[in-house]
Amino acid sequence: MELLLIILIGLLYGAGVYMILRRSMVKLLLGIMFLGTGANVLIFLLGGITKGKPPVIDEAAKMFQDVYADPIPQALILTAIVISFALTAFAIVLLKRVYALVDSDDLDDLNTPEEEDI
Amino acid sequence: MKSPILQSATKYLLPILLLFSFFLLLRGHYYPGGGFVGGLVASIAFVLHSFANGTEATMKILKRKPLSLIPIGLGVSAISVTLPLLFGYPPMTGLWFEEPIPFIGMIGSSLFFDLGVYLVVIGVVLTILFTISLNNLEEKN
Amino acid sequence: MLLAVLSGLIFSIVLVFFGRAFKAKWSILIPILPTILVIYFAQMIPTISSGKGFLQHYDWVPSLGINFEFQLDGLSSLFALLITGIGSCIFFYGRAYLKGHPYFDRFFGYLLLFMSAMLGVVLSNNILLLFIFWELTSISSFFLIGFNNDSADSRKSAITALSITGIGGFFLLLALVLMGNIAGTYTITELIQHRDTILNHQFYPLIIGLLFIGAFTKSAQFPFHFWLPGAMKAPTPVSAYLHSATMVKAGIYLLARFTPILGNHTYWNTTLMVVGGITMLYAAIHSLFRIDMKAILAYSTISALGILTFLLGVGTKEAVVAACVFIVVHALYKATLFMVTGIVDHETHTRDITVLGGLRKVLFPVAIAAFLAALSSAGFPFLTFGFVGKDLIYEATLHYTNADWTWILTGATVATNIALVSAGFMAGIKPFVGPLPEKFEKVHLPYKAMWIPPLILAILGVFFGVLPAIAGDYFTTAASNTIWGMNTESYLKVWHGFNTVFTLSVVTLLGGTLIYAINKPSLAKLARIEKLNSISPQRIITGFANDIVRVGHWYTGIFHNGYLRSYHFKIILFAEALLAYRLWMSGPISLDMWDLTYPDLYEVAVIFILIGALYLVVSTASRLTAVVAMSVIGYCICLIFVIYSAPDLAMTQFTIDTLTTVLFVLVLYKLPPFINMTNRGIMVRDAIVATGFGIILSLVALKVWSEPISTEISDFYGENAYLLAKGKNVVNVILVDFRGIDTMFETVVLSIAALGVYSLIRLRLKSSEKE
Repeated sequence: MELLLIILIGLLYGAGVYMILRRSMVKLLLGIMFLGTGANVLIFLLGGITKGKPPVIDEAAKMFQDVYADPIPQALILTAIVISFALTAFAIVLLKRVYALVDSDDLDDLNTPEEEDI
Repeated sequence: MKSPILQSATKYLLPILLLFSFFLLLRGHYYPGGGFVGGLVASIAFVLHSFANGTEATMKILKRKPLSLIPIGLGVSAISVTLPLLFGYPPMTGLWFEEPIPFIGMIGSSLFFDLGVYLVVIGVVLTILFTISLNNLEEKN
Repeated sequence: MLLAVLSGLIFSIVLVFFGRAFKAKWSILIPILPTILVIYFAQMIPTISSGKGFLQHYDWVPSLGINFEFQLDGLSSLFALLITGIGSCIFFYGRAYLKGHPYFDRFFGYLLLFMSAMLGVVLSNNILLLFIFWELTSISSFFLIGFNNDSADSRKSAITALSITGIGGFFLLLALVLMGNIAGTYTITELIQHRDTILNHQFYPLIIGLLFIGAFTKSAQFPFHFWLPGAMKAPTPVSAYLHSATMVKAGIYLLARFTPILGNHTYWNTTLMVVGGITMLYAAIHSLFRIDMKAILAYSTISALGILTFLLGVGTKEAVVAACVFIVVHALYKATLFMVTGIVDHETHTRDITVLGGLRKVLFPVAIAAFLAALSSAGFPFLTFGFVGKDLIYEATLHYTNADWTWILTGATVATNIALVSAGFMAGIKPFVGPLPEKFEKVHLPYKAMWIPPLILAILGVFFGVLPAIAGDYFTTAASNTIWGMNTESYLKVWHGFNTVFTLSVVTLLGGTLIYAINKPSLAKLARIEKLNSISPQRIITGFANDIVRVGHWYTGIFHNGYLRSYHFKIILFAEALLAYRLWMSGPISLDMWDLTYPDLYEVAVIFILIGALYLVVSTASRLTAVVAMSVIGYCICLIFVIYSAPDLAMTQFTIDTLTTVLFVLVLYKLPPFINMTNRGIMVRDAIVATGFGIILSLVALKVWSEPISTEISDFYGENAYLLAKGKNVVNVILVDFRGIDTMFETVVLSIAALGVYSLIRLRLKSSEKE
């Protein structure tokens, strides 16, 4: 499974990079989301994956009696997921505004490299 | 998306989902759940309601702007962070009632902290989604 | 002393607020400050000349070795007196010169700032403090040169001067820091004790090289001299003060100050002699061809600075004494000549010596000042301080330690001085003799405040010339003692008898007069000289600077073209290269197959669905398809979390994914579908880069995963979740208890995002924005 996840990470990152190299703003946003997801999976993998052992202590016990999944990556990813939602929301609204202003999804239309400056 | 089935379904789903979200919040310290998930489930409940009945109807149920939940939530968390200072502990020290409360279990300052997170999450999600959908409505008119 | 240094600074700040009042009725207060300061420094002369010094220390940034440490010894005292003394004259003069100017207050603000900074330079006993003041002088000079800010020439000269002196400043800082680190102290008086350590250090040549660049740029030594003639765009009081009497001598001061620490070494002496020698000859010859009075004075100033550098390079006891005397001589006559030029310019509106003449008839006291200064610059025997200075210079070159060099050095100085005599006559005598052109007949004397200061300085030159012992006892001997490190036993006198030195002086005077009589500078001659400009240092250095600008444009055009994806492309390529390199260096990946968990069939299915959805998002032309596929990806990730023991994550991912989809649907249905905007070649290129990045990241993941990681922190949380925080869901306990502050701030970030969205939507488009 680890190898599959590793391949998945590569694909997520690759797709993310490909998307942020496009001219479309929406694609850029999707690319950023891919990169975020890729990072989440990467962190998840590096914590070591364990099946069926959530980091929750048994009802009767006061400490873990058994092997359990690493809680730190989980706490990190949980935070990351929620934050990325906020980021996505803000980016989408920004995109909406830009679209209302320049009537285009093309990033190049936002460019004003002033020729006389160069 | 005004379907009568969805409308009548959400009438019952909203309280049930809200209850479920609160349940998730309370048990978060012992079982999977917590403020983030609880807040998100509650927001979904409202979003579902707004899909069925229109955003304005949902706003009426909420009675106030969701934006106002954010400072309340931040305030609750901040109080639970600083409360231990009053008892002479460093901030963020967990304070607990001696005896468990029926149905809920042990109550401590971290639960209040989670409550604050819960409120902020609802406020944030609803602010974002409702502002956008209200704006869409305005643009349509 | 701190107050003395900072008073100018404070006053200039006051000027910012009360400039209007100082422009009119309070303007007399401005020159009072330097006058007070000159009295303050003058009353210390007896103590200083008896060989004592003052030290003061105030902590500023002790941890970095930067402190307000001040020192008043012979050398500082000489310079401080020059700065405040000539400063007072200039301030009185400038007040009349700029009367009614709209930027009167601004001018004196800069001038006070400069005076303060310059005093700081010469009084600092801490080399870093010295550097700070050093840079301040460059900055105030920049403002003063560009004072006529509506003239493009003036702005350009200001920028040239600032770049040259500023670059020199960087090198100086390097030298100072190196020196300070080697010696372990930044205090000048302590550095002297570490002389041997520095002298024998392998970095010694580097230190003096850097220090020289700093000093040479400031003191306009070849090949950095060209900013100084440009700096003459400044109002004449500035040229008189900064660009002849004081600021340009900061480099000389620096060399003199560090002579006891770094000097008397072959590298030190040879470099200074060569550079100073080239500068003095080069500039002196140049000065013969100028027709603008200020340009003549500018080049003769450069030449004089060259002489000073040269003398410090010669480095014998006689040379040091000569340098100290010549600093005073030059400051006195050059400031006078500049002020005279200012008056001439002010009254006749021209500085062209081919036009000017006969002005003695209308500007008599000014003419006297100019004559005296010109004679002093020529070293007229028995009457002028210049004669004493010139004698000492010849004395120094004739007594050079290496007898083979004596005649070369003496010849060079004689040649320089002959040209300087002519230049001094050109600027000081030529405009005042001969017939008075008709158009100047209406010229009248300016305010007293304008012609009295140059007259005072000129008479002072004569006074010291007749009684040089006074100048020696009170000013220069203490200074030369400081540089020499022990008593130089110099006793200045007028008459040394008929010897070689006297003969040389007479030869110089006669030669100069002869050249003055023969040489008729004109525009045509100047034009002929201009042809050589293509090989002048100015052309080469500015050309070099232009090349840098061109490279900058080229670089900007390629790297900062304003296209986001092109930035991404470069960043990613670089990251790939870096990661690949690191991966390569870190050795082979060893994989323990037994560590792997074997996937069930449905897990494989989830992964494949995910990959399919990923492909769909990348390839689809429909926005809606992309959004749906995106949510499929999210749910698949959620399933992975479920299977691999992360229920909290799964729940969060599920809800967030739902909400994100809602969000996309709410906004995106209004936007047009994707259009294919790039051609195939670029798509293939991007695909290759993206694939490369994916593969490298996979390898990195594999590498990191195969390395053992420490689980100490996780274990701590696992063990203490219940014991310390009374919670059993460890992830939640981390979020709300162990790392609660982080979560707190996360909620703040969320709130900010919500506010951002809210205000972005609620913000109405203004009509201007809509265009």
